[in-house]
Amino acid sequence: METNEENKKGRREFLNQGIRLSMAAGLAGLGFYLVRKSHSEKMLWQLDPSKCVQCGRCATECVLSQSAVKCVHVYDMCGYCDLCGGYLRPDAKDLNTAAENQVCPTNAIARKYIEEPYFEYHIIEELCIGCGKCVKGCGAFGNGSLQLQIRHDVCVNCNQCAIANVCPSEAFSLVPESKANKLVGYEKKK
Amino acid sequence: MKKRNKMKKQYCIFIFLILLPLQSLVADGFTQRFPKPDFEEGYKIPETQIALARSGYWEYFDVALLTFLLSILTWLVLKKRSRNGVLLISVFTLLYFGFYREGCICPIGSIQNITAALFNADYFVSFSTILLFLIPLIFSLFFGRVFCAGACPLGAIQDLIAFKPMPLKKWVQSLLGLIPFIYLALAILYAATRSDFIICRYDPFVALFRFSGSFLMIAIGVLLLLIGMFIARPYCRFFCPYGVLLNWTSRFSQKHMSITPNACIECKLCENSCPFGAIDKPQSFKLYEKRNVMVQRLIFYALITPLLMFAGAYTGAKLHENLALVNNKVSLAYEFMNQEGLKEAEQNLEVRTFKALGTPLETFYKNASDIVRQFYIGSIIMGAFLGLVFGLTLSRLSIPKYKKGYWPNKGTCFSCARCIDYCPVKPNSIIKK
Repeated sequence: METNEENKKGRREFLNQGIRLSMAAGLAGLGFYLVRKSHSEKMLWQLDPSKCVQCGRCATECVLSQSAVKCVHVYDMCGYCDLCGGYLRPDAKDLNTAAENQVCPTNAIARKYIEEPYFEYHIIEELCIGCGKCVKGCGAFGNGSLQLQIRHDVCVNCNQCAIANVCPSEAFSLVPESKANKLVGYEKKK
Repeated sequence: MKKRNKMKKQYCIFIFLILLPLQSLVADGFTQRFPKPDFEEGYKIPETQIALARSGYWEYFDVALLTFLLSILTWLVLKKRSRNGVLLISVFTLLYFGFYREGCICPIGSIQNITAALFNADYFVSFSTILLFLIPLIFSLFFGRVFCAGACPLGAIQDLIAFKPMPLKKWVQSLLGLIPFIYLALAILYAATRSDFIICRYDPFVALFRFSGSFLMIAIGVLLLLIGMFIARPYCRFFCPYGVLLNWTSRFSQKHMSITPNACIECKLCENSCPFGAIDKPQSFKLYEKRNVMVQRLIFYALITPLLMFAGAYTGAKLHENLALVNNKVSLAYEFMNQEGLKEAEQNLEVRTFKALGTPLETFYKNASDIVRQFYIGSIIMGAFLGLVFGLTLSRLSIPKYKKGYWPNKGTCFSCARCIDYCPVKPNSIIKK
């Protein structure tokens, strides 16, 4: 009886060992197979401004209560217009900078006089909620220098971006870090 | 002064009126409607602010830290046999991986990245994600589920909150234990078809770690924590899909934590010590039926399992179109077909955007039907797999395994080391047989 049980134990241990080693080999094989399909870089979410339709979901769908998507101003593209489509509402009653005439719901665009007739527009990031209203206005009436982009210092880089799930134009994609921060009309200076 | 302002306004309105009809004429390639101004007073155009992410090296730091924690836990559980040590590591994990790193990316979610990379030629994972997926499994294969013990932030938050755990009936536990298999199968199906990452979307605690998230997920997280006070680690035991993989690997682990440091004397002191119901009680030969009854039962389950698999595959095939609706492309195709006759204002945003983008309809429909086809095959495999799991669970429940002594169930034990303190046997005491 005793030896029988010991035999049984030995057999079970041998079987376990075999399964364990084949599982380890399987995992190692999976690892090696996947390495060919991997980037050594970190993967980041990216919003392609050329695909963006400014539907406004970036403001509401992000897991953060204040969206990580914010408006970025590509100054090189800006015409410095006095009558900025991203700053003033097209149906504004009076053409002044009163709140009711501004496109931005959170007063996140600061307007600064430069010289006649040019004005600089600066995005106050802490206030921007990424609704894209100014982006729409600038794209419709101006140069399109205001663009939505994911701010990676705020973004928690969810494994599955909640905005990407609902983006109607599929403007979101996961890219290696070096290809992130795509903006139209902007060249990275090194 | 006032007059000048008024003049300016009129001038502005004039430009506006001219531009309004123009905007539709301007082609997309036209980048600058208004040329960049030549400033006379030495104004310097400011630099566009690019926000950089945390350096990618931190991901490798996290992988190294995880490996280090797993090694420490292995030592604590197997050699030091210290519950307090495991508790300390849990607290650290909760603070660092939970509240500081805020969850993503974790080994649980990495299942989906790995699956997506396996089934899609154009999907890439980062190298650190592969490591994150493999390392806990390898540890589990040799030392049991030490990852669950204290290196998983989701496990840690529940482990620390299990104040008054109640034992569950064995069949209830086995029945609820089937949910992770369904969850895993669905997660793989949706990740393989690039539809959604449901494990991450329905991660109950990540919203709590971030103090931010949808109301639904925060509510589910709080609810699970409340339940977790009485039913220990509900997510780990009855939902976690990574737990399924750890369970499989841990079953064959080389060295697993044991309750007694020496030999079990069946004193029953540890019997109720496990809040997770993961201690196997001794089963004596006498209590059970005759051999021929057992053989009959085995034959019955051997026959019923293929039947269950077939039923699962059939259900999967029936349900594949409903399952496929989670995929954005498929659901858009359905919506497009339904809303094609409607006026533009009545169509939803997705359909309007799709029309504006002007993707050719034929390729779009073909793409969607290809995805549905993938779902068809995937659902059949998933159904058969679930049938197999159900069959094996049934047979495991009704065919007892004879064994002596109290041992942790290698599959479901989280290696939390709670039971160790209950054992009166000392490592060097001599046990008479």
